[in-house]
Amino acid sequence: MKTLLRKMYKWIDSRVELDDLVKFMGKKYVPINRHSIWYYFGGVSLFLFIIQVITGILLLMYYKGSEDLAFESIQFIMSKVQFGWLIRSIHSWAANLFILAIFVHMFSVFFTKAYRSPREITWLTGMVMLLLAFGFGFSGYLLPWNELAFFATRVGTDIVGILPVIGEPILVFLRAGEDVTGGTLSRFFGIHVAVLPGIFTVLLTIHLLLVQRQGMSEPIDAHHDTERKTMPFFPNFLLRDLLFWLIVLNILAILAVFFPWELGKKADAFASAPAGIKPEWYFLFMYQTLRYLPAHILFVDGELLGVLLFGAAGVLWALVPFWDKKSSRGEQNRFVNYLGLFAVIFIIVLTIIGWLI
Amino acid sequence: MITPENTAQAPEPGKRDFLKLFLGGGIVAWLIAVCYPILAYLKPPVQSEVEVHSVKAGKLSAFEKDSGTIVRFGNKPVILIRTANGNLRAFSATCTHLACTVQYRKDFGVIWCACHNGKYDLNGRNISGPPPRPLDEYRVVVQGEEVFISQKS
Repeated sequence: MKTLLRKMYKWIDSRVELDDLVKFMGKKYVPINRHSIWYYFGGVSLFLFIIQVITGILLLMYYKGSEDLAFESIQFIMSKVQFGWLIRSIHSWAANLFILAIFVHMFSVFFTKAYRSPREITWLTGMVMLLLAFGFGFSGYLLPWNELAFFATRVGTDIVGILPVIGEPILVFLRAGEDVTGGTLSRFFGIHVAVLPGIFTVLLTIHLLLVQRQGMSEPIDAHHDTERKTMPFFPNFLLRDLLFWLIVLNILAILAVFFPWELGKKADAFASAPAGIKPEWYFLFMYQTLRYLPAHILFVDGELLGVLLFGAAGVLWALVPFWDKKSSRGEQNRFVNYLGLFAVIFIIVLTIIGWLI
Repeated sequence: MITPENTAQAPEPGKRDFLKLFLGGGIVAWLIAVCYPILAYLKPPVQSEVEVHSVKAGKLSAFEKDSGTIVRFGNKPVILIRTANGNLRAFSATCTHLACTVQYRKDFGVIWCACHNGKYDLNGRNISGPPPRPLDEYRVVVQGEEVFISQKS
């Protein structure tokens, strides 16, 4: 057996020079410092993404993306298909944990300033993936075609529609017409299972290649240490990574089994929006902020101003490696810390308020 | 590498400019030829709808006093309100804020939108919350036992 494996390795190596890659992996070291714990959240996000791909493909085996069949096909998955309830529950829960994990990952990179030169491209691809993750969440939310999803999509696409000039065409493009209909469902389905995964995979590949190529970033103050502590990537770091994945898998299993994801009532275009309707938790802070804005602020539509402000804040956030020159020079930049802290507190407080009200 | 021999063979500047323009223009034209059908494909076709001017909502006895019912008006929802003293009123049920469907709240005697807590009085006027405009009003006509809703001209 061993000789056979060695022969296979030799066969491939003689064609694609595998040895270089193996040497590279063998020489790879991961720095140890007081912020090392945050290194694992990228891996956890990757793990959850892999789970989403697998469970997503499994759901595709039974899901039917049409107005008349979508809700019923998920009912079928949850009640008739063996372990269907589990697969769907895992997909829903893992989606939420995925967003949570990439939030933690993103903020830890922000606070340790790991985005600084020369890792700008890694940061940018990550920010675009964060945006795509929101897209995944928003498009996937509609697919069960239930009451909550129907109105969430109506409101979400209506918000896009208030943007001047480009808003209306985007709204019509997203909804496949003026209203949220079966046409919208088809589009969201295609976007959710083909367009977004395709783009996401390309970005993820670049992101991971860069991490491998450049190695882990170290906190700015770590450079002052005379002796740098490291551990080999293979197998020490990888095994720790796998341990984290196992913990996450257990959390996921507990959530999926003991708190199965509900399906709710089928969407009806001629029913009133149900009381207590709310967007998913990761949109809550924006939703709550928009609620606080008055209808008009100095002749400008309050909602429009809110959307534009969030957009501008997002762009500034994504461009942090380019305006935070201090960190790239290896100096402390307290302003970035305060800004990050403000963002974290803002998001947490408004999410809690949005949750309670 | 440009050697003297090569330069001698190179096309004259005028000819080269023409070729550049020809090639560049060709690429642009090709891009348009590819992108235009894709964009046009993504634009949903306008479907002709039967224009509805009036619908029969149902029998008067079906609408209790102090209640609201969503009625199909073509492909738009309309809310038919029967007030506590028996008056019938109809408004577009699409909230003027972000297009959720409104409902009648008995406890407050208002038209309410669950999405962002918008409220309208029983004349359709936006009285609290984010809605920027009143709800469009429809005409209600009772003929015998039947209730009809029609568009206000």
